Amino acid sequence: MLRDSDRVFTNLYGAHDWGLAGARQRGDWDGTKGLLEKGHDWIVEEIKASDLRGRGGAGFPAGLKWSFMPKQIDPKRPHYLVVNADESEPGTCKDRDIIRNDPHKLIEGCLLAGFAMRAHVGYIYIRGEFIDEAHRLDAAIDQAYQAGLLGKNACGSGWDFDLYVHRGAGAYICGEETGLLESLEGKPGRPRLKPPFPAAVGLYGCPSTINNVETIAVAPTILRRGGAWFAGLGRPKNTGTKVFCISGHVNQPCNVEEEMGIPLRELIEKHAGGVRGGWDNLKAIIPGGSSVPLLPKAICDDVLMDFDSLRAVRSGLGTAAVIVMDKTTDVIAAIARLSHFYMHESCGQCTPCREGTGWVYRTMQRMVKGEASVEDIDRLNDVVGQIEGHTICALGDAAAWPVQGLIRHFRDELEARILVAKGGLSSARFSLTPGIAAA
Amino acid sequence: MPKLSVNGIEVEVPAGTTVLQACEAAGAEVPRFCYHDRLSIAGNCRMCLVEVEKSPKPVASCAMPASEGMVVKTNTAQVKKAREGVMEFLLINHPLDCPICDQGGECDLQDQAMTYGRHASRFDEGKRAVKDKDIGPLIKTIMTRCIHCTRCIRFGEEVAGVEVLGLTGRGEHMEVGPYVEAVVNTELSGNIIDLCPVGALTSKPYEFHARSWELVKTESIDVLDAVGANIRVDTRGAEVMRILPRLNEDVNEEWLADKSRFACDGLKKRRLDRCFVRRHGKLEPASWDEAFGAIAERLRGVAGNRIAAFAGDLADAEAMLLLKELITALGSPHMDCRQDGAKLDASSRAGYLFNTTIAGIERADACLLIGTNPRWEAPLVNARLRKRWRRGGFAIGLIGEPRELTYKYSQLGAGPQTLAEIANDRHAFAATLKAAKAPMLILGQGALARPDGAQILAAARQLALDFGLVREGWNGFNVLHGAAARVGGLDLGFVPGQGGRDVAGILDGVQSGAIEIVYLLGADEIDTARLGGAFVIYQGHHGDAGASRADVVLPGAAYTEKSATYVNLEGRPQRTRRAIHPLGEAREDWKILRALSEALGRKLPYDTVEAVRQRLGVVAPSFRALGRVEPAAFGNFGSPGPLGSEPFKSAIANYYMTDPISRASPTMAQCVEAFVAPAQTKTGTHG
Repeated sequence: MLRDSDRVFTNLYGAHDWGLAGARQRGDWDGTKGLLEKGHDWIVEEIKASDLRGRGGAGFPAGLKWSFMPKQIDPKRPHYLVVNADESEPGTCKDRDIIRNDPHKLIEGCLLAGFAMRAHVGYIYIRGEFIDEAHRLDAAIDQAYQAGLLGKNACGSGWDFDLYVHRGAGAYICGEETGLLESLEGKPGRPRLKPPFPAAVGLYGCPSTINNVETIAVAPTILRRGGAWFAGLGRPKNTGTKVFCISGHVNQPCNVEEEMGIPLRELIEKHAGGVRGGWDNLKAIIPGGSSVPLLPKAICDDVLMDFDSLRAVRSGLGTAAVIVMDKTTDVIAAIARLSHFYMHESCGQCTPCREGTGWVYRTMQRMVKGEASVEDIDRLNDVVGQIEGHTICALGDAAAWPVQGLIRHFRDELEARILVAKGGLSSARFSLTPGIAAA
Repeated sequence: MPKLSVNGIEVEVPAGTTVLQACEAAGAEVPRFCYHDRLSIAGNCRMCLVEVEKSPKPVASCAMPASEGMVVKTNTAQVKKAREGVMEFLLINHPLDCPICDQGGECDLQDQAMTYGRHASRFDEGKRAVKDKDIGPLIKTIMTRCIHCTRCIRFGEEVAGVEVLGLTGRGEHMEVGPYVEAVVNTELSGNIIDLCPVGALTSKPYEFHARSWELVKTESIDVLDAVGANIRVDTRGAEVMRILPRLNEDVNEEWLADKSRFACDGLKKRRLDRCFVRRHGKLEPASWDEAFGAIAERLRGVAGNRIAAFAGDLADAEAMLLLKELITALGSPHMDCRQDGAKLDASSRAGYLFNTTIAGIERADACLLIGTNPRWEAPLVNARLRKRWRRGGFAIGLIGEPRELTYKYSQLGAGPQTLAEIANDRHAFAATLKAAKAPMLILGQGALARPDGAQILAAARQLALDFGLVREGWNGFNVLHGAAARVGGLDLGFVPGQGGRDVAGILDGVQSGAIEIVYLLGADEIDTARLGGAFVIYQGHHGDAGASRADVVLPGAAYTEKSATYVNLEGRPQRTRRAIHPLGEAREDWKILRALSEALGRKLPYDTVEAVRQRLGVVAPSFRALGRVEPAAFGNFGSPGPLGSEPFKSAIANYYMTDPISRASPTMAQCVEAFVAPAQTKTGTHG
C-alpha cells in the first residue's frame, strides 16, 4: 500500500484549498525555477529515468515521447504542448478530480513539460461537459499568470510559456490524440494518419506532443523527488503511483491514488469498501475503462493492476478505470451498451469502424435477447477481429476488445441465452440474471 | 532511394514513395478505393492493407512511406483476410443494386468485390439508406451507394478549388454531400463521376442510357475549347452516348471540363443532315448536285476579289487548308479564321501560342493574367494554374474583370493603363515579375478582340522582353485561345492575304457591296445580320446562326464523325478519330471542299486525306509533329502604338454555350439555368 509520503495528488478529494496558496502549501511551484535551470534535456532524462508511462491509456513511455521532439526550434514551426483533458472513457474520472482539486499540479507540469520539449505554448483541451472544471482551470491559470509563474519569463526562468484552455464539444473521438489536434484546429475530430507522428507534424503542422492530464500532473513531483524515487514504486516498467477510478458494484466508489501493481482485490477491498455483497458476489471487472476486455472473477482474484500484468491476462490497464460488476449484472447487456457507445462515437471516416461498430452493436442487441444462433457468436468474434487493428485510430480496437473479452470469458452465458430463447433449455437452470428468467 | 522487398522482390523507389506505389513497382497489385494518384492521401477505405515486417498490425500501404529495408507482403493469409474484412464492411451497407446502377460494369467496388471479397455476405441486419442530394444538372447522386472514400471531396478542395462537398455526421450516419443545399459549381464537376469508385455519383444526362459493355470506345480529341483535351468517345450504334477523358499528362492529365464532357447530347440536336438551297426566300432540301450547281451558278462571272471566306471555331485544319486553297484559286485574298476579330498576328508563331505549354505552368513562379477568365476560357489551364498555386510561391496578378478564380490573385487593374504601368515599372507587380525566375503572362482573347488589340499584343510582347519572360529555356509569353480551330487556322495562314480583308473588313465589304459571296466554314460567331445581301454558303454540322442566314447549306461532319487535325493552344497538332459516321448525307469537311472545287472547275489536287495531310506538313511544318509541341522562335508581332482606355472584358460571357454544339445541347441549357442564369437578371417570362 502506498505510503502517504509517496502520494502525489495530496488534494485529490478537495479537502484543501485548490488555489495557488493551497497548492504552494502542498509543495507545488516549489523551486520550479531551479528545475527549469537544469535544462531541457535534464527534465527529459529524469522523466525517462522514472519510467513514467503515459496515463491516458496506451502506456507509452512519457520520457521517450518527449525526446521525440526536435532539439532545435525552427522559427517557422513552433513547438506545442497539448494536454489531453478530454476525459471521456466510460468509467474514468481521474483527470476531472485532478483539475478540480489540484489544478496547479497540472499547470506546473505544463510549464515543465513544455519547457522540456521547447514549447512556448501549451493547450489544455478539456472535455466540453467539464464546465466547472474548465472554469476552475482558467481561474488557476489566471492565478499562475498573476504570480508570474506563467507567461513571459515564467517563474523567472527566462522561458516564455503561455497556457490556454480549449473546451471541446463532447465527442469521445476528440480524446484520440490526432482527433484532438484536428478539433483544436477547428476541424471535425477525425483522427489523422500516422506517420507522420505529432512530434514531427502535429498541431498546425508543427512539432507537438500530446499527453494525458495525469502524466503531466505527476511530472513536477517526479522532477522534485527524482526519477529514481518514482521508479522505486511499483514494478519494473510499471512504476510509480496511479489514480484508480473505481466504480460500479462496490460499496464506496472512489478515485484513489495507489501504487502501480497493487492487487486488484486489495485495491477494491481497501479503498472501495469491497464488492457489493462480498468478493464472492463478483462477476466480472473491466480493469481499465470501457475499452479493455473484462475479466471474470477467477482472474480478478489475484491479478495485479499494472500495464504488463493486465496485458498478460489479455486485458489492459487503460485509464485504470475499474468497473466492477457483481452477479446481478447482465454482462451481455453491459457489453452491448458499450458497443452502442462505440457505434455512436465512431467518427465514421474509416471503413471497418464506421460499418463494423453498427454491425457489432446490432448483433450484440440480438445476443442480449438470445435472438441469435451459436454460429453468430463465432461470426461476431470474427467481425470484431476484422475491425481490430484495421483502422486509422484505436477506436476500432476499443470497439472490438470488450466484445472479444465477453466471448472469451462468457461464451457459455451467450450460448445459454440463445438456447433459453429457443426454448431448448429450462430457463431456471440458466437464469443468470433476473431479466432473462422472465423471458 | 530506399530499397525494400515486396513479396520477396527487391525494388528501389524514389524517396517519398508510398508502400502502395512500391508494391505496384514490384508488380504486386494492391486494391484501393480512397487512394488516387492525383489527390491527397486519405487512408480511410482501409482496402490497401498490407503486411509489413515488424509492424504488429497490417499497414495502410497508401499512407505509409516506403523506407529502407522494409519487408512488405501482399500475398499472405493475413492480408487476404484483412481485405476480405474491409470488403465485407464496405458491402454491408451498400445496396448491391448493380443491375440498375449506371456504374455497373465499370465499378471498382464490383470488380474488387469479385477479386478480393468473400463469396457471400454474412450480414443479416437492416441496411442503411441515405437521402440523395441534388447537386446540379450534371451529377446524379445515389448516396446510399456511397462508400465514403472522400475522393469527390478531395477533388473539389484540391483540384477544382470549390469546397462544396464535405462530410457531415458521424459514424454510420456520416454522409458525403453539400453541407447546405447547393450545386457543385465548378467547370470540372464531371470529373467526380470518374473519381467515384462506386455508383454514388453518376452522370445525370447519361442516366439509364447504356451499359458500359455495350459501348464502342474511340480515342479522340475534344474541340469545345482550345485545350485539346484527350477524350474517349463512347458510342452505341450511330449515337454518341458519352465522352470521357483520356490520360495525357501534358494536356489534360486525366481531367475533362464539363462542357467537353456533357455537351455531346448537342450532337444529336439541330443537325444538318442534307443540303439546303434557298429558293423563294426559304431553305429547301436539295441534293449535293443541286447545292453545288447553285453555288457554281452564283459564282459564274463573279470576280475573285468579291468572294470571302470565314473559318469557324470548330473547323479542322484539313478543311481550312482546302478552303484557303479554293478561295485563293478563285482569286480572293479575303479570308479570316479570327471570327471574334482578335488582332492575332499569324506572322510569328510564338505570337499566338501558349508558349509555356500547359504542363510548363508547373515550372512558373509568377503569372500575369491580361484580359482573361481562364476558369471559363480554358478550365483545364485554370486547373493547372491552381495546381501550381497550391504548391506555393506563385504570385498571380489579373488585369481585367475581377472573377472568382480558383486561386488567390491580386486584382491589378481593369484595362490597358495598368498594363502600361507595369511595363513602365510604375506598378508593384512589376517587381514581382522582375524577381521571378520563371514568370509568365497569359493574354486572353478579351484583350485582343478590340480595336487596340494589335497594340496590346505588341505591348505584351514588349513586357515579356523587358521583364525576362522570354529567356533561355523558358518562354513565358502565352496567348489563351477559346477556339479549337484558331491555332490551326493561324498556322495555315487562314488570314487575309495581300490586300485582303479581315473579319471586319469583309463585313464592311458586304455592307458596301464590294463583297457579294461569303463562304462560312462552320462560322457562327460572326454578326450574321451584317451579311446583308451577300450570297452565303454555309458548310457545317449544326443549324445555328450561319445556316439560318445561308443561301446554300452544305452538311459537314462534327468532330466525333471525322478524322481531322486540330492544333491546341500550345501549338500541339492532335487528331480526332471517327467514332460514328456523319449524319445522313453529311460528309467529312475536306471532302466537301474537294468536291466543290471540282464542281467549280478548280479541282484541288487531293484525292485522299493523306494527301491533304502531306500538304499540311508542307504549308506548316509544325503539323508534322503530331501530338508534340514544336517550340516557336520569339519573333516580332503586334503593332506598337497607343493603347485605348476601355477596360478588358473576358471573351466568354457564358461558359456553357460557346459554339453550335453546346448551344444545341439540352444539358448545357440546364447548366446555364443552374450556374449562369442565377447571376443574371431574369425577365418577366422566366418561369
